[in-house]
Amino acid sequence: MVVPLNRQELMDLAKNVTGKLLLRQEIPLSAFHFTQAVEQKFIRAVPSFTKKHFTLQCNRCGNNEKRLMAQYPCSICNKTHSYCRKCIAMGRVSECTMLYEWSGPVPEWKIHADPCTWKGTLTEAQQKAADRIASAVVNKEKELLSWAVCGAGKTEMLFPAITIALKQGKRICLATPRADVVRELQPRIQQAFSDVTVQALYGGSKDKKGTAQLILATTHQLLRFKQAFDVMIIDEIDAFPFHAEPSLSFAAERAIKLDSTTIYLTATPRKQQLKRIRNNLLPHIFVPRRFHSYPLPVPQMKQVSQLKSQLKKKELPPSFLKWLLIRKHPQRQILVFVPTVSLADHLSVPLTDLLISYDIITSKQQASTVHASDGDREEKVQSFRDRDLFMLLTTTILERGVTFPSVDVIILDAGHHVFDQAAIVQIAGRAGRSTDDPFGDVLLFHDGKTEAMVEAVESIRKMNKRGGFA
Amino acid sequence: MHCLWCDEEIIPSVNWGNLLLPSRPASLCEKCESELEQIEGDRCRKCSRKTAEVVCRDCQWWESQKRNVLAGNYSVYTYNAFMREIIAKWKYRGDYILRNVFAEVFTEGYYQAFGKKKDAIIIPIPLSENRLKERGFNQAEALAAFLPNQSKSLLARIDSEKQSKKSRKQRITRKNPFTLKETLNKPAILVDDIYTTGTTIRHAAELLKQNGCPEVYSYTLIRG
Repeated sequence: MVVPLNRQELMDLAKNVTGKLLLRQEIPLSAFHFTQAVEQKFIRAVPSFTKKHFTLQCNRCGNNEKRLMAQYPCSICNKTHSYCRKCIAMGRVSECTMLYEWSGPVPEWKIHADPCTWKGTLTEAQQKAADRIASAVVNKEKELLSWAVCGAGKTEMLFPAITIALKQGKRICLATPRADVVRELQPRIQQAFSDVTVQALYGGSKDKKGTAQLILATTHQLLRFKQAFDVMIIDEIDAFPFHAEPSLSFAAERAIKLDSTTIYLTATPRKQQLKRIRNNLLPHIFVPRRFHSYPLPVPQMKQVSQLKSQLKKKELPPSFLKWLLIRKHPQRQILVFVPTVSLADHLSVPLTDLLISYDIITSKQQASTVHASDGDREEKVQSFRDRDLFMLLTTTILERGVTFPSVDVIILDAGHHVFDQAAIVQIAGRAGRSTDDPFGDVLLFHDGKTEAMVEAVESIRKMNKRGGFA
Repeated sequence: MHCLWCDEEIIPSVNWGNLLLPSRPASLCEKCESELEQIEGDRCRKCSRKTAEVVCRDCQWWESQKRNVLAGNYSVYTYNAFMREIIAKWKYRGDYILRNVFAEVFTEGYYQAFGKKKDAIIIPIPLSENRLKERGFNQAEALAAFLPNQSKSLLARIDSEKQSKKSRKQRITRKNPFTLKETLNKPAILVDDIYTTGTTIRHAAELLKQNGCPEVYSYTLIRG
């Protein structure tokens, strides 16, 4: 004899499943309870594909590209089914599986009387933006872009808006394209709202349930949600993969409720957002000053002829050495960006040797290399932050979302196409991020100026000008 | 064409050879292809393991066990980290189309090892009912479909425990999970994705031999 779910179990289930779009195996119910929940209309089945002009669209990730749809002979139905390859890492969506959503009583989220435990104060510029964001949430405005320069302290600017939303019993998601950023944000947000359950979702996170009122997630994880959030904050909308991946904006769009507010955060808006701003289609607030009220460091370009072949031969440019020996703040750590993983591995040893031979570092342990698939990535970044490492050689994975108090920043082969305008602005924004050392050198070594470099320098100058620096 | 693994576009280089005789489009890009490791050079005559010995220790042990039911195993790939990832996505995530990655090498290897056995019957190792329901397809059948000989599903599987979750000892000492649906009086070639300890294959071979099959070989994609 199987016992039907009691009230408490049903409420737990509601919190677990509401606002989501799930495969059968993602719903923690036995076959009996599941059938019962469907019969009682607590759970509703949704087809997994939509046919559109001879193409199929996956209803979970929105993929309709033919090459990312494949077929398999299903031995359950003895038929050939299409399935979506794009989101297969989250479980296969095929023509013979259904997606399920909650259609039972909607669970209420807690109304918090005074959720914010953050004791800091905002600068004038931050406060202005924070008020604007909070009012967008209160007035249920559809969208707002917060354009704050690198190092403006944009996370803190969100606290008033999150506080108000929690006071109104709303459900909030703070999404960002990068898992590193989620990991960095989680303790900060949890500290600022210490009595609120905060869950962090990213590939590899322990808690994957996504049942909290305040959720931090990679934009990828939004693929499991449907009409879940009253407030959606998307950090770094211009970052890869969000801006390059249509399925992610599809997911973000679906994850919000009908009368919700979406806040976009960026330091480097892309052309499409700038165009919408110009045409008055996207309301925005601009924060031109860093929290410490010093201007953004402007990159210097250094041309080196034959740079690419020199780097290939493991030779570092003479102008780099010259800068290294005469730089004004030799106590600053050095952060070196290169375009590819292979170049990073290639230059790791010669760069370390160079630093040792000029007594800039004393041992090999003070220099390291990091890239996306590096297992020790988090530890290396942390030891750079703790100043155990003096020099860190990295690919673009550290271009944004990370803060080191006092660094000089170098890009080798800045003309490479991975360094687009946004990337260069972001990389330059790694320098001078603390009140104690608000400056930093940013050097772009290249063997031919690119439009991206020129535009990046121009836009940094322009932002400084808007911030009141001549 | 895009690479089935990393989705990079594959731009085939044109030379005199393929200008006149267009080759089949590759399913992996060069970089991914190079990460797969085919078994080359010295290998165990009985089980295809890469070794300098003629017959490896494992096979010597099997011979001493008087369970010498398998005439020989042949495999084409080693089980390196990249292969592990592909197999996980193909088998466990159910990305069926990834089998195309192996099509060419798997067929070629078959002709090399079993080309002369024209009358042999191919028997894919079955999955248990539960496992099949979960995955939607049987990877061994998917591989067997590449091969030229007639393929028959003569076996059924009872248990549902995953082999990959067990220790070597647990694997070797457990009971035979297969039952025979029909007897066979021709040589048989068992097909599966991975040969690890060889226990699964030998259980199937034992059953076939006890019921009158004259000779049992196995052909597996990977020697683990």
